[in-house]
Amino acid sequence: MSAHAPALDHGHDDHAHHHKQTFISKYIFSTDHKMISRQYLVTGLLMGIVGIAMSLLFRMQLAWPGEKFVIFELLLGKWAPDGVMDPSMYLSLVTIHGTIMVFFVLTAGLSGTFSNLLIPLQIGARDMASGFLNMISYWLFFISSVIMLASLFVESGPAAAGWTIYPPLSALPESIPAAGMGMTLWLVSLAIFIASSLMGSLNYIVTVINLRTKGMSMTRLPLTIWTFFVTAIIGVVSFPVLLSAALLLIMDRSFGTSFFLSDIYIGGEVLHNSGGSPVLFEHLFWFLGHPEVYIVLLPALGITSEIIATNSRKPIFGYRAMVASILAIAFLSTIVWGHHMFVSGMNPFLGSVFTFTTLLIAIPSAVKAFNYITTLWKGNLQFNPAMLFSIGLVSTFITGGLTGIILGDSTLDINVHDTYFVVAHFHLVMGIVGLYGLFAGVYHWFPKIFEGKMMNKNLGYVHFWVTALGSYAVFFPMHFIGMAGLPRRYYSNTAFPYFDDLADVNITITVAALVTGAVQLVFLYNFIHSMFYGKVAGKNPWRSNTLEWTTEQKHIHGNWEGAIPHVYRWPYDYSKLNEDEDDYVIAGQDFTPQDVPLQENEEEMNH
Amino acid sequence: MTVFLVLIVIILFSVALWQMSKIYKLSQPVKREGEVSEVANNKDNRINAKLMLMFLVFLYFLMGYCFWHFSTFYPPGASDHAGLYDNLFFITLGVIMVVQCITQVLIYWFSYKYYGKKGRKALFYADNDKLEFVWTIVPVIVLSGLIIYGLFSWSDIMNFEQSDDAVVVELYAQRFNWKARYAGEDRTLGNANVRFIEGINTVGIDASDDDGQDDVVTQELHLPVGRQVIFKLRSQDVLHSAYMPHFRAQMNVVPGMITQFSFTPSVTTEEIRETDYIKEKMRTIGKIRTEKSKELEASGQAALDDYENFDYYLLCNKICGQSHYNMQMKIVVETEEEFQEWMKTQKTFRQTIAQE
Repeated sequence: MSAHAPALDHGHDDHAHHHKQTFISKYIFSTDHKMISRQYLVTGLLMGIVGIAMSLLFRMQLAWPGEKFVIFELLLGKWAPDGVMDPSMYLSLVTIHGTIMVFFVLTAGLSGTFSNLLIPLQIGARDMASGFLNMISYWLFFISSVIMLASLFVESGPAAAGWTIYPPLSALPESIPAAGMGMTLWLVSLAIFIASSLMGSLNYIVTVINLRTKGMSMTRLPLTIWTFFVTAIIGVVSFPVLLSAALLLIMDRSFGTSFFLSDIYIGGEVLHNSGGSPVLFEHLFWFLGHPEVYIVLLPALGITSEIIATNSRKPIFGYRAMVASILAIAFLSTIVWGHHMFVSGMNPFLGSVFTFTTLLIAIPSAVKAFNYITTLWKGNLQFNPAMLFSIGLVSTFITGGLTGIILGDSTLDINVHDTYFVVAHFHLVMGIVGLYGLFAGVYHWFPKIFEGKMMNKNLGYVHFWVTALGSYAVFFPMHFIGMAGLPRRYYSNTAFPYFDDLADVNITITVAALVTGAVQLVFLYNFIHSMFYGKVAGKNPWRSNTLEWTTEQKHIHGNWEGAIPHVYRWPYDYSKLNEDEDDYVIAGQDFTPQDVPLQENEEEMNH
Repeated sequence: MTVFLVLIVIILFSVALWQMSKIYKLSQPVKREGEVSEVANNKDNRINAKLMLMFLVFLYFLMGYCFWHFSTFYPPGASDHAGLYDNLFFITLGVIMVVQCITQVLIYWFSYKYYGKKGRKALFYADNDKLEFVWTIVPVIVLSGLIIYGLFSWSDIMNFEQSDDAVVVELYAQRFNWKARYAGEDRTLGNANVRFIEGINTVGIDASDDDGQDDVVTQELHLPVGRQVIFKLRSQDVLHSAYMPHFRAQMNVVPGMITQFSFTPSVTTEEIRETDYIKEKMRTIGKIRTEKSKELEASGQAALDDYENFDYYLLCNKICGQSHYNMQMKIVVETEEEFQEWMKTQKTFRQTIAQE
């Protein structure tokens, strides 16, 4: 069943005992998955600060269009003459905000951190299958982050064609100056990012398949590992297609090809290009772009599954259904991309097909949501900050997911396509859910990331409640300005009078966004403070079943001082009673870790 | 109203903060043996459970408030298929709101009811095939209904047939304005390509094509009420999207290909101006603009332009550059006679060229 390599373990053990690490090999070019996970987390959070700060800037512009702000002048320099934001800077901010949040924070920051940390720890492995590949994966991610940030300082401005970078706008510097150097850097950065993501994903897949400890069958894997595993597969399937789209776009831009360009008259002259189609780019882009949503979502859902079960002191309800849903979502996610293109000019028949597949995906999603709710039922809920974020996640997942039924319906999409309705939908279901997953994961596994230190729970409570209020206050009203027909990516909604009555709502949204943004500073403070001065907890502070809590508190190479523990049960034996039903399986302890063999007085379950 | 909303938000925020500070104070000194201080204790659980309930109230309030006050933003429909669209929209919205209201109550109510207490035993409940079957099959049935209804509507709207009296119009997009080209008397648009653009021939009509001679290029879109309009969309530079919210119509405009859409306008501009909805909206906007103008004048700036008459509009809804936010065209829906009258005042392509 589970492959196990004793020879490899010995190698690692020796290594741990006899080799002294230098600063560089420990903190910079580390091949240890725990250190790489920290590197991903810190880089992801730094990118997150930039991404969220950008959104606050353009939200201010939307609430008070054309108003002067000292902060604009300070941060944007020549792009905010006299403190008024330049329209092309607005587009750049929107574009880079989207890119950073989707790729750098919610893909690399979330998956990178927790896949690296948890895959070896939860399946009982000494490290990733290839530590070296893992290191390269991180450093490529780092380089791509640096290039993306560097593009902010280009003279002609950072990329400004929206995070979907549809050509011809992204291909022709004649259309916007930002399509020049800024766009080139964007494409280079993303190409490197894709390489990084592929290396990471391949590593996760191989590790999960080959390095599980004895007894860790696939049906005994924690749901976190299932989601990381399936996410990695989706990534391997879809990211290369984005790379091909990016390469073709680079050729169109620099080598005069016409993959996406045809019949264009710009700047007073006709371009030579003919025969290409921007719709082809849309197909290629969304072939990644849609699975990307699930690349963000699934790890967040996996983290939530684990945290809700642990903190409810109950097994996750319907483990097999959960796994089946994950697989179904993964499969369906690759055949629904066309729902981003109902009104792109593609054949209406295709629209019908994509409507069908898209609405199908609501079924496994619904199963997951109901299973979470049932897991809460009759639990003994421990409201740790991670649990609060997980519950908040389920709530926003439902709120945001339901409007997907409107957008996924080709007919209804006609009138809300590219309006704020879409913005509201995907921010709730992908953005907020992804971020809640990230926060939940950080609060829960902080002791694993930082050698037993814990984050302050009270600051965590403040962080959660204000964020929960704020994010609903930002995104719920947004549906309605979308229904009013307000298009997204408008620099100002007051250029013509029709939308004047929406100004108040826009102000409310911005105020809520500023408050929510500000409270993230509480999290940052808590994070940094706890990193150094956090209280040190015991080995297993949340009284959890999974293997990571059996590892050494101090980070050592190889994770376990002695032999790797064997696994005898699934990870969700919380509050399981013995056969006489007079006490728990282990008397007085409401959890039975995976490495505990079947007890005498215990009924054997399926797992 | 907004002031009220902002106040409510502030109050809820401060209540939350106050509760937090209480937790903070209370949790400080109590440290029982064997309890890790950063793990939730009984008190944390109790307080957070209450907050869960308060949050449920907030969420319901927010949803209620938004539906009550903001659903008026939804513009009235003015095309033949708008009724079909709105029906499907509101049925779907109804279904999802029912699900939303039920599930959110369950989440927060369970969170409140089953909050952790020392000595409480959680129920070991790992599986129930019947239950899972039910909540797989119910969404399947509901979604099947929505899918079938949706697909029939989609096919009705998109797979249109050209009727005998259809008006054929090309919508021509260029950064950052729209032009309309009517097919003229022969009801056939002449060939066109960006390569023919020269001087006054700004939309690139092929001068050697007879079909194009009677084409009429205009800056405003006039549509006769009750007649099918077939739009052929063409862009000369980047992607645009022709979005006409009142007609529940949208189609991307793609350089290199001709996309199409069709609807039949059903309410004239004159008629819609007289509806209560538009009157009320104009009153609201008027009030906002007068106030704004006063502010502007007080600070020595020019007042806002008057906005007295409502007009339909066509918006660009695909990011196309710096002035994307201000790329729109006025649409006038009028009676057949008015339309013909207006058409007579426009120049055909032949006349335009001859003049030059």
